Amino acid sequence: MKILVCMKQVPQKDAPLKLNEAGTWIREDVSYEVNEPDAFALEEALRQKEKHTGEVVVITAGPTRAMQVLREALAKGADRAIHLEDDAFVGLDAYNTARAIAAAIQDEKFDLIFTGLQSDDYGYAQTGVILAQILGLPHATIIMQIEKKDAGIRVKRELEAGFFQFVDMPLPAVLTIQSGINKLRYATLIGIKQAKNKPLRKVTLAEVQSAMGANLQKIEKLYVPQKSKNTEFLEGTPAEVAKKLVEKLKNELRVI
Amino acid sequence: MDTILVVVEQRERKLNRVSWETLAAGQSIAAQTGWTLEAAVVGSGVAAIAGEVAAKKLARVYDVESARLEPYTPDAFSHALQGFLAKHPAKLVLMPHTYQVRDFVPKLATAMQTTAISDVIGVRYEGGKLLFTRQMFQGKFVADVSFAGSGSCFVTFQNGSFRADKVEGAAAAAPVETVNVEVPDGVVRNKPEEVFKEAKQAVDLTQAEIIVSVGRGIKEQKNIDLAKQLADALGGELAASRPICDNGWLPMDRQIGSSGQTVAPKLYLALGISGAIQHIVGMKGSRSIVAINKDSEAPIFEIADLAVVGNLFDIVPPLIEEIKKAKT
Repeated sequence: MKILVCMKQVPQKDAPLKLNEAGTWIREDVSYEVNEPDAFALEEALRQKEKHTGEVVVITAGPTRAMQVLREALAKGADRAIHLEDDAFVGLDAYNTARAIAAAIQDEKFDLIFTGLQSDDYGYAQTGVILAQILGLPHATIIMQIEKKDAGIRVKRELEAGFFQFVDMPLPAVLTIQSGINKLRYATLIGIKQAKNKPLRKVTLAEVQSAMGANLQKIEKLYVPQKSKNTEFLEGTPAEVAKKLVEKLKNELRVI
Repeated sequence: MDTILVVVEQRERKLNRVSWETLAAGQSIAAQTGWTLEAAVVGSGVAAIAGEVAAKKLARVYDVESARLEPYTPDAFSHALQGFLAKHPAKLVLMPHTYQVRDFVPKLATAMQTTAISDVIGVRYEGGKLLFTRQMFQGKFVADVSFAGSGSCFVTFQNGSFRADKVEGAAAAAPVETVNVEVPDGVVRNKPEEVFKEAKQAVDLTQAEIIVSVGRGIKEQKNIDLAKQLADALGGELAASRPICDNGWLPMDRQIGSSGQTVAPKLYLALGISGAIQHIVGMKGSRSIVAINKDSEAPIFEIADLAVVGNLFDIVPPLIEEIKKAKT
């Protein structure tokens, strides 16, 4: 099976974020990491390849720094990488990101395309499904299991409140992958060495721009949420904080 | 005429109650803009739901019907609604941000060459422009987003953003119009099986009055025991955010959040939980929320009543001792 994994670089989970001066985006001088569900999507692709043979290709759209995501993926076992490289890719809405990816892979034929189910930055939860529509492929979202059948695949969709559903679908197809579908592997030293010699194709904004359009969503303003609650912060040494908290639990919340 | 269309959600011919929240959002936008509010239910044999919705304050309800709409598939729902909207254009199409909506709306919006503003928590109408508020960076920031296109704009609302009990009723029922849509052979490519629940749920956290919940901040599996001791001291249940259950440190049936259980206990004590949106939607209805986290900017503090910024491993042991003292 030939599998494409769409990956994104996002700010690290506990990185302190600051707004830019215009209040439209964050300041870029933070630490980045791979978007968590995308890491599970890559792992799933590697496992499918190990079972059924084939090729795993990873793609990302982002500035030069986003290359790190591809390097890590190649070190873990992906066969080659595609980098849509431009600072402008950071500011795209999901529709444009999907159109850029579709344009970058127009000469390729994949059996499966994976994305993470959503990104930690924008949180659209849409790019995979939009990509499926652009490519004319069937899709399924929030996938927790993939089994190859004689014709097509059988996937397990996660629904709300602990419910699941199996879906049979033909190939090629697009799947959005849920965190926790598998256990992530670490890159090995040999893997890291080999990654340096694996093919990496760079695609410029100019090469895909004709497939794109104006963003249909505009961020007018980004800001720190206004608190809806009066949060009381308890301070002091751990012993003091513990005393204060128990006092509140007993006398105000009345749960002790 | 500018129209707002609320597409209510049904599963197996039952109205998903979260649809009332979306209708409340629709009524609020209609009141601010003066636009006409309509609703649609999409399915096979769902006229009863259309009737239920028609009792609310809106201009009209459409019952969009095709045998191919049961069971749900993204292909059929997208196709049916695209056909319907071609004949009944709407400026705004509103839906709840459920897993089902997430599954087909991006496809539908793309097929119509437009966009879906997803997981919205609030709406304002300012200077002739609608501003949709949505969380970004896992709730650390929020953004006011506007629609920059010209056709229909899809908007999905996060659970709990509007109050279902604020939906206004009407003196007389709105007219219901049945619209039969064609979903030709070959449109539906997926074959879904019955929806099921994994192993029987051993714990029903929705009944717990006190919940101690752990997140990534617990760091290692062996530290779960510390949280367990705290839960025991308080006489509460132990729960967790998704990553903890993904790691297998606690069973899946103790997961709180959009893919787990939704709870509203008297006390929700969050240990090392940052407060990602997917977790918050499962517990924000709790009567009191206490959060202990080392990151002072963690979004969990936005909704906490009592907050402790600090290392949970320093604070929890003396806390357990104090609780035991208070109980004797």
